[in-house]
Amino acid sequence: MMQNERRVVSVILQNEASALSRITDLFSARGYNIESLTVAPIPESKYSRLTIATSGSVRVIEQIIKQLHKLIPVLRVYEHADLVEKEMAMVKFPIGENLSDIETLSKAYNGKIVNVGNDMIIAMVADEPKRVSHYLEAVKRFNPKEIVRSGTVALER
Amino acid sequence: MQMSGAQMVIEALKHEGVDTVFGYPGGAIMNVYDEIYKQDDFQHILTRHEQAAVHAAEGYAKVTGKVGVAMVTSGPGFTNAVTGIADAYMDSIPLVVISGQVPMSLIGTDAFQEIDSVGISRSCTKHNYLVTDAADLPRVLKEAFYLAATGRPGPVHVDIPKDVTAQIAEFDYSRPVEMETYKPTTKGNARQIKKAIEAIAAAKRPLLYLGGGIISANAADEVRAFAKMTGIPAVETFMARGTMGADNPLVISMLGMHGSYAANMAMSETDLVIGLGARFDDRVTGKLSEFAKNADVIHVDIDPASISKLVNAEYPIVGDVKYVVEEMTTLAKGKVDPERYAPWLETIDHFNKLHPLGYEEEAGTIKPQWVIERIGQLLGEKANISTDVGQHQMWTAQFYPFTRPRQFISSGGLGTMGFGFPAAMGVKRGDMERVSINVTGDGSILMNIQELMTSVEYKLPVINVILNNHFLGMVRQWQTLFYDKRYSETDLSMQPNWVGLVESFGGVGYNVETKEEFDAALKDAVEKNVVAMINVSVSRFENVLPMVPAGGSLFNMMLEYKDK
Ligand SMILES: Cc1ncc(C[n+]2csc(CCOP(=O)(O)OP(=O)(O)O)c2C)c(N)n1
Repeated sequence: MMQNERRVVSVILQNEASALSRITDLFSARGYNIESLTVAPIPESKYSRLTIATSGSVRVIEQIIKQLHKLIPVLRVYEHADLVEKEMAMVKFPIGENLSDIETLSKAYNGKIVNVGNDMIIAMVADEPKRVSHYLEAVKRFNPKEIVRSGTVALER
Repeated sequence: MQMSGAQMVIEALKHEGVDTVFGYPGGAIMNVYDEIYKQDDFQHILTRHEQAAVHAAEGYAKVTGKVGVAMVTSGPGFTNAVTGIADAYMDSIPLVVISGQVPMSLIGTDAFQEIDSVGISRSCTKHNYLVTDAADLPRVLKEAFYLAATGRPGPVHVDIPKDVTAQIAEFDYSRPVEMETYKPTTKGNARQIKKAIEAIAAAKRPLLYLGGGIISANAADEVRAFAKMTGIPAVETFMARGTMGADNPLVISMLGMHGSYAANMAMSETDLVIGLGARFDDRVTGKLSEFAKNADVIHVDIDPASISKLVNAEYPIVGDVKYVVEEMTTLAKGKVDPERYAPWLETIDHFNKLHPLGYEEEAGTIKPQWVIERIGQLLGEKANISTDVGQHQMWTAQFYPFTRPRQFISSGGLGTMGFGFPAAMGVKRGDMERVSINVTGDGSILMNIQELMTSVEYKLPVINVILNNHFLGMVRQWQTLFYDKRYSETDLSMQPNWVGLVESFGGVGYNVETKEEFDAALKDAVEKNVVAMINVSVSRFENVLPMVPAGGSLFNMMLEYKDK
C-alpha cells in the first residue's frame, strides 16, 4: 500500500448552476475523500475558487486532479506544494468561564473574543488547521458549549 | 431571428446536420414535438421505449461516427433513457439527449412527472445542462454537440422546461463555441513521442494494445500503417475489434477475460506495451500486478485521466491517437527495424499454434461458435454486427471475421442486456446498404422486444439471430464454474413462440435445428429484407473459453472445461 498523504487542491470553476455538486459528486462517485471544502466567488470574475483538503495515495491524488480537470466548468486545478493555509474556528463558552484566560489563549492562535452575551461568550481563531486543532484541544478545559470550524483556504506562497 | 424555444431545438438540429432523431413524446416535451410535426428536415423515429431510443442513437452514432440524437419527455421518459445514457458514457459514444422538464414554476415542487434529471444524469454524462432561459438555447445546443463529439466523446444531456420551449427569444446559431474551460489536447507532446519511438526501437518484444479509442478517433488506417511499417504485432480489446482487420497477419486476436491464449500470452511476455486509445479495463488486464509485468508502457490517449489511472505509463502521451500515430509513423521511419522483432513474431506464432481459438463440434447439435463463423462466411464484410450481452457477445467478438472498424457494435463498458436490437436498428438507419445483424441470447432479446414494432414500421430490418441455449448463459457459466452448478434463476426453459411473436409484429421468424436450416433461414431473411428472428437451438452447456477468472492473471487461462 502506498502512503496516504494530505493534500490541498484549489479549483477555479465557472459560476454556474450545480457546478459545486459536480465536484462533490465526483468525489463521492469515485470514492475520494474530502476532509474540508470551502468555496466563494472570485471578486470581479465569473469564477469561484474552491479549496479542497483531501487525502490519498500519490496515484489517487493524481487521479483527483485529472478528474477534476475533466469537468467541463473547471478552468484550472492547482495542487499546492508550498502554501499558506488558514482555517477558522468559533467557540461558545459559558459566561462563568475565565474570560481573560480564554482571551489570552485565543490571541495566541490569531484570535480574540468576538461576542459577549448574557450567558455566553464567543471566541474565534484563524490559523493553520493543525494549530486550530491544538487550540480546540486546549480550550476543552473551559467547557466549550458549541464549536464551529470552517474548511481550509490556501494560497500558493 | 425571434422564435420559440421549441423552434430553436429544431433549428439547431438542422444546423448540426442531424438527419435522424430517435425519441418518444410526452407532456413536457410536446412543444418540441409539435415543431417536429411541422418540419421535414430530419426523420423522427418513434421507438417503443426510451431506453431503446437512446440505444438506437448509440448504434447510429457508432456506425456513422456522427453524433446520435435522442429525445424524451420528463420524469419516467427520462429515467427510462438513463440506462442508454450510462451505456454511451461508458463506451464514449457521442450523443445529445434532449429531455423535457416540468415548467420552471413547478421545478422543485414534486410536480407530476418531475424528476431531477440533471441530478440523475450528472454522473453518467460528459456534461449536462438545465436550460432556464430560451435565450441560452442556441449556445447550449451548440456546445452540447461540440462537447459530445470532441475530445473524449460522450453523451451530453440537455434538459428543457416546458415553459422555456414556449418562450420567445433571439436565435443566432452563427456564434462559434467559446468555452474558456474546455480545450482538449489533440497534438501529443513531440518530445514524448520521440522518446516513445526510441523505446520502441530498443524493445525486443513490443506489442500494440489497441482500444476502442482508435475507432472513435477514426484512426484505424493510421494504426494499420504504423503496424505494417514497424512490423509490430497487435492485440485488440473487445471495443477495438475490426481495427486491424481479421486477415491482417499482425493481429493476434482479442485479449482479456475471454481473449485468445496467444493474445494474453503476448501481453504477458511483451517488454513494451504500446497502448493506443485503450483504458486498461479490468476485463482486459486481469490481475493488475501481474499485467505485462516486465514491460514499460507507452500510453496514448485523448483523456489525460485515463493515463496511469491503473497501470503506470513510462511514456504518457495525451493527444488524439490519429494524430499521434501519424507522428509516430513519420518518426519511426529508418529508426525502427522490423527484422529486430522476427524472433518475437515466431514466439507469438508458437502461442497461436499451441492453443488456437476453437471449439469442438458435436454431432446432433449446433455449436454457437459455428453460427458466428457461418454468418461471417456468408456475409462477412457485408454485414454490421451488433450484439446483446452474454456468451453470444463474447463468441461474436472471438469468432466473427471483422474486417473494418465500426463493423462491431456492442455494449462494452456497461454490458447492457437489451442493447443489441435497438442499436442494430440505429445501425441500419445509419448504414442502409449493409445487412444489420443482431446476435443475441434468449435472455437479452426479451429486454427490448417491443422494438419489433419500430423496426417494422420504419422499415429498419434487423436480423436477430438468437443463440438459444435456454439459459442466461453467461451467468449459468459462472454458476457452473464458481457456484457448484447451482443454477439459481438462470434456467430459461420457459420460452415464447418466437416465430409467432415476430410474425405478430409483421416480421418473419425461423426455428432452426440444423446447419442447413440455418443457412436457408439467413439467406431467406436477407432476401426478404424485413425484421427477422432466427431462433437457433444451440448446445445448452457450452462455455466461453479461454477464460481468465475475474481477478486472475492473463497467463493463467482456463483453456478447456471438462464436465465431471
Ligand atoms: C440489464 C442487465 N441485467 C443483467 C445483466 C447480467 N447478465 C450478464 S450476461 C447475462 C445473461 C445473458 O443471457 P442471454 O441473453 O440468454 O445470453 P447468453 O449468455 O445465453 O448468450 C446476464 C443476466 C446484464 N448484463 N444486463
